[in-house]
This record gives sequence, C-alpha cells and structure tokens, in this order.
Amino acid sequence: MSEGVQARGPTAAATPATASTPSMGRRVVGAVFAPPLAVLRYFGEHTLLLANAVAWLFRRPFRPRLFFEQMEFVGVGSLVIILLVGFSSGAVASLQAVDALAIFRQERFAGATVGISLAQELAPVFTALMITGRAGSGMATELGSMRITEQIDALTTFAVNPIQYLVTPRIVASVIMLPVMTMVFNAVGMAGAYVVAIYYRGVDVGQFVEHYRFWTDPRDYAIGAVKSAFFGLALSVAACYQGFNVRGGAKEVGLATTKSVVGGSVSVVVLDYFLSDVLRMFWPKLAE
Amino acid sequence: MDKTSNKDKDAHAARDERWQIRVRGIHKTFGPQHVLRGVDLDVERGKINIIIGGSGQGKSVLMKHLMGLLKPDQGEIRVDGEDIVPLDDVAMRTMRRKFGMVFQYAALFDSMNVVENIAFPLVERYRMSHDEMLERVRDLLRRLDLADVAGIEQKFPAELSGGQRKRVGLARALIDRPEILLYDEPTTGLDPIATQNVDQMIRKTADEFGVTSVVISHDMASTFRIGDRISMLYEGKILVTGTPDEILRSDHAQLKTFVETSGAVKLTGGASEASP
Repeated sequence: MSEGVQARGPTAAATPATASTPSMGRRVVGAVFAPPLAVLRYFGEHTLLLANAVAWLFRRPFRPRLFFEQMEFVGVGSLVIILLVGFSSGAVASLQAVDALAIFRQERFAGATVGISLAQELAPVFTALMITGRAGSGMATELGSMRITEQIDALTTFAVNPIQYLVTPRIVASVIMLPVMTMVFNAVGMAGAYVVAIYYRGVDVGQFVEHYRFWTDPRDYAIGAVKSAFFGLALSVAACYQGFNVRGGAKEVGLATTKSVVGGSVSVVVLDYFLSDVLRMFWPKLAE
Repeated sequence: MDKTSNKDKDAHAARDERWQIRVRGIHKTFGPQHVLRGVDLDVERGKINIIIGGSGQGKSVLMKHLMGLLKPDQGEIRVDGEDIVPLDDVAMRTMRRKFGMVFQYAALFDSMNVVENIAFPLVERYRMSHDEMLERVRDLLRRLDLADVAGIEQKFPAELSGGQRKRVGLARALIDRPEILLYDEPTTGLDPIATQNVDQMIRKTADEFGVTSVVISHDMASTFRIGDRISMLYEGKILVTGTPDEILRSDHAQLKTFVETSGAVKLTGGASEASP
C-alpha cells in the first residue's frame, strides 16, 4: 500500500514565543534573591544526589565488585601519596614542636603534641585533601568523560541505573577508605615525627614515647576517623555531582574536575571546623 | 489464554502488525526551548525507518522518547500497541528490553574490553554461565565480520578503529536479541568507505536478525541507500514521510532544500535521480 508522501505539518516555521521583558521590580527582586537561591540549589542538588545514592545502596543488584574496585582506587591507589605526605607532615610537625617546646625546655612533650595534632587534625584533613586531589579529580573526570561520550546514557538503555552503578560505589568506597588511609597517615606521620625528634633533635626516646602514650588516647583517633568518614562523603559527593552533570565537551570535563577539587577541598576545611566543635562537645576528653 | 489479563488482551488487540511504534502528538520542552512540537510518527515493523533533519531539529530527543529515556510533556508513544508514556520505572525497564541502541560514537565502556562490553547486557540481566556468554559474544563477532580481527576479544575501545567500534557497539545492542534497533547518526565521523560498510551492516542486520530499525541521520547518500521509509523532522514536527521513491518525487520546499543541499541526491519534481 503506497501512501505517497504524507505532509504532516505546516511548512512555515513555527512562530517563536515572544519573551516578555520583566519589570524593573522583578529584575531587582531577581538580582537580590539569585545568589541565595543558587547556593540553596547547589546544596539541594548535592543532597538529592546523595539521597539517591543511599537509596540505591539497598536495592538489588548489589554488585560488590564495583565497591571493591572503587575501594582499591580510592585507598590503594592513594597509598604512595599518603605515605610520602604523612611522613613529611609528621616530620615537619615534630621539628616545629621540638623547637617551640625547647623555649620552655619541654621537648619531651613533642611526641604527645604531634600525636594529638596528627590524630585529630593533620591526618584526617591532609588525607582528605590528598584524596580529593587524586581520587576526587579522577572520579569527576571519569564520570564527566562517560557523560559526554554517552556511556552513562548507554547504561540507562541497558536498564541499569547510573547512580546505583557509578555514584553509590564511589561514595561508599570513599566513606570506608578515608578513615583507613587516615590511620595509615597517622602511623607514618608518627614514624616521621619519631625520626626527626629522636635522631635529628636528640629528644630522649623514653620521654617521647611515654608522653605520647600518656596524652593521646583512642578517642583522639576515633575523632579523626569519624571526621575522615564525613570528609570522604563530602569529597565523593562533590566529585560525583560535578562529573555526573557535565554537559558539553572536553573543556567542560576539565572545568568539572577543577570544580570538584575546589568544592571538595573547601568542604573538607569548612566541615573540619564544625565537626571538631561538635565532636568535642559530644565526646569530651576524660580529663576535660 | 484464560489467565491473560485484560491489560494484556488490550495490548494484544491494539498491536498493529504493520506499525511497531506509533507516536502521536508529542511535545517536549527544555526550559524556554520547545524542541518537539507535536510529532506524529509511524515506525514500520521489520523495516529500516530513517528520520532525517538538520542539526538541532530534535532528532536525538525524539529517539530518546521512543525508548522511554525521556518522557514527553504531552502525547502518546505506543510500542506494540502499549502506551509507554505512563509506565512506571519497573515496567519501563522491562519495555526497554525490546530495544537496542547504537550510539553515534558507539559509547563503549572505556574500562571494559570488547567481550566485556558486548556481554554487558547479559551480565546485568541474566544469570548465565561465562561459557554460554562467551559463545554468544563470539557468534555475534563472527556474524558482524569482527572475528577475523587479531586479538579483538581482549582489545579495549581505544584500540579499535571507528568502524570496529561501531560494529562492537552494534554487537552490544544485538546481544540480548532486541526487536527494535535505534541508530543515532551511525555514519557521523566515518570516511566514505567506512560509511558504506556501516550502511551494509545496518541492511544486513535488519535482514538477518529481522529487527525493526530506526536510524537518525543527516547523511542523504546513506539514507537513500538503505532506507525503507524516510521521515523528515523539521522544527519539531514530522514534515513529510514516505518511501525513498516517494521522497525523491516530492516537491516539498524544505525537504527539497535539505536533500539537495547535501549534494548526494537530486530532486527534480516528478522525476528524480540519485547520485551514484
């Protein structure tokens, strides 16, 4: 049955809708409310992505392989950097502590000072910043590239939810691996501090170790671990959000990577203050 | 058939033997952009249906609607008689199994080799033994003339040529034996010989696997070489539709301008000729 060519619509171009110019008042209101609305939208979209990722965590299929792959990427892949930065940070903190305490002839407290600083602040924050730079940027770039090359659309065509497949494993892996890497940072950091204090500055080894053992306790390390889990959450959500929402080409992927590193780093530092305050409030030291 | 639900009966009754997909009056707006403005389209079962149109006319948006990746603001899309617009997430995922999609640049997963890419839909959908999966992948590689490429199974997408990537993308789309294959500008970025090979691949796939093909294209030479039915999308609406001969005989102004500007085909009012 030949139907011939079927003309389906008007040949004339559809008239575009004329955009009405907003009044002066509306423009002023718009200008005033635009920045806070943009901030609300930014946090709202991150929260929605996180909520979605968490919801998909409990739905089948679970795909444990993806979680282990991401844990390897975030953790094992960052090990060399963490070892280098951890040792150097512990060493430099020890150097500064010994010199400062020497004013009061109290160098013996260097081990305790560095131990507490590392456990509560230096290790979680530096670890998070290092992993933001390495793994966070990697996540944003990988997801961004997948978006612009339609790999994320391809997942959807195979009835695979891209948030469950791509975002959930990255967030979970970061939350699990950040505390682990923080503990690695603590260990090598203390090794660096020990080397500098004992072999370079000549602090008595017995006093260094004894004061470290007396003044630091599991609570300090637990606070560091809790903080680093939150940092893992913040940096991975920032990275996944930026990568997942790339539109355009290679330039936009680069921009998304930059934004993910900036967003992740700023979140870590800002969160650090609030978490320090809240955790100290709810988890005071026995002596306090 | 006593156990058949009323819904199934209705869908069966509505199933049209000639038209596999029927689209009626769909509209889609993105912010201020009114991309689709009442599209009516019929996709013929078992044939190669080509949608032509310039850049930014909404071809890819229309294709995503056919597969349920986008929902229209208004209108209905019937696949085998069933309106897919109101389907929930679970029903939509089941419906999508009828479809395979070949992306413009293949969209192969960079982190997986050829076998893993092709087997991906099977891994995600079924509990199948590795050997059975590998057998199906190898069968497709043979049928798509990829089996002779040295070490193809273990190659990663970055190691494949443009044409090979397209074939691997097609193999991945075919592995779960879809009824409908969607091709998004399959010849974009290919040289003339590779383009001809992809055309042959689309024709062969339609004939050999008996699938309904929907091809989005602005390559006029390819369109007239392989198309069974051609529709032109213009400013968010299907402007004309017909067989290649009918399209060639058309004196529709926009169609004439679009087709003749390509240089591949010449419309001469009642008489027409295609470039070799």
